[in-house]
Amino acid sequence: MSGFVRGLRLWFAPERIREEGDTPDYRFSLANERTFLAWIRTALALIGGGFAVDQFLPSLAWGVRAGLALGLLAAGVLCALRAVNHWVRCERAMRRGEDLPVSRFPALIALVVAVVAVAMVVVVLFGWEGR
Amino acid sequence: MTTATRDPGLQPERTRLAWRRTTLACTVVALLAVRQSLHGGVTAAGVFATALSLLAWLGFLAVAHRRVTGMGAARPAPLSARHVLTAVACTVALAVFAVVSLF
Repeated sequence: MSGFVRGLRLWFAPERIREEGDTPDYRFSLANERTFLAWIRTALALIGGGFAVDQFLPSLAWGVRAGLALGLLAAGVLCALRAVNHWVRCERAMRRGEDLPVSRFPALIALVVAVVAVAMVVVVLFGWEGR
Repeated sequence: MTTATRDPGLQPERTRLAWRRTTLACTVVALLAVRQSLHGGVTAAGVFATALSLLAWLGFLAVAHRRVTGMGAARPAPLSARHVLTAVACTVALAVFAVVSLF
């Protein structure tokens, strides 16, 4: 976990990334940037989904609607924060010439989306008319 | 590597398009936020919320614009951590706004 704390400190002292190792080929940095952007898009899609659930499903009971929206929004925020963390870790690994970090976050986010989707199916089938 | 003036893999172009796609996604979310804040008619709180979500959108747009124009170089500078943090802060701000407007 100390690695995580060190990574977190790098967020707020970004210049320190530059102090370690060698600057990698710019194409690797750009690839890392695109991965970061793909995660940000995933986060934005989840956040947009949260807005959409709240705005376009007015016939759902408030609790169900708020629960689904909160689930999606929380997943979106998690995704965005994790995108920074992963970007920092990859950048550092590339500068040091280490292996890129592995992560079980994709599996986690897949599970959350699956749970929300199943909840949505159940809501549509059984709970639609609850107000 | 040192003689190549242009990457045959079109990495800068791909990165620029990735920024464009992401800006588009951010715009959609910002529009949803504006729609949410003006839902109950044009009130002072609604206008304030609209201004806040537009501010988050503009923050993202500024970073994206810097990067998109920076991609024109033969060897673009790497993404700075400050830009990363700004982009993520704007994304999270929109989500926080959504959570607040739920209640």
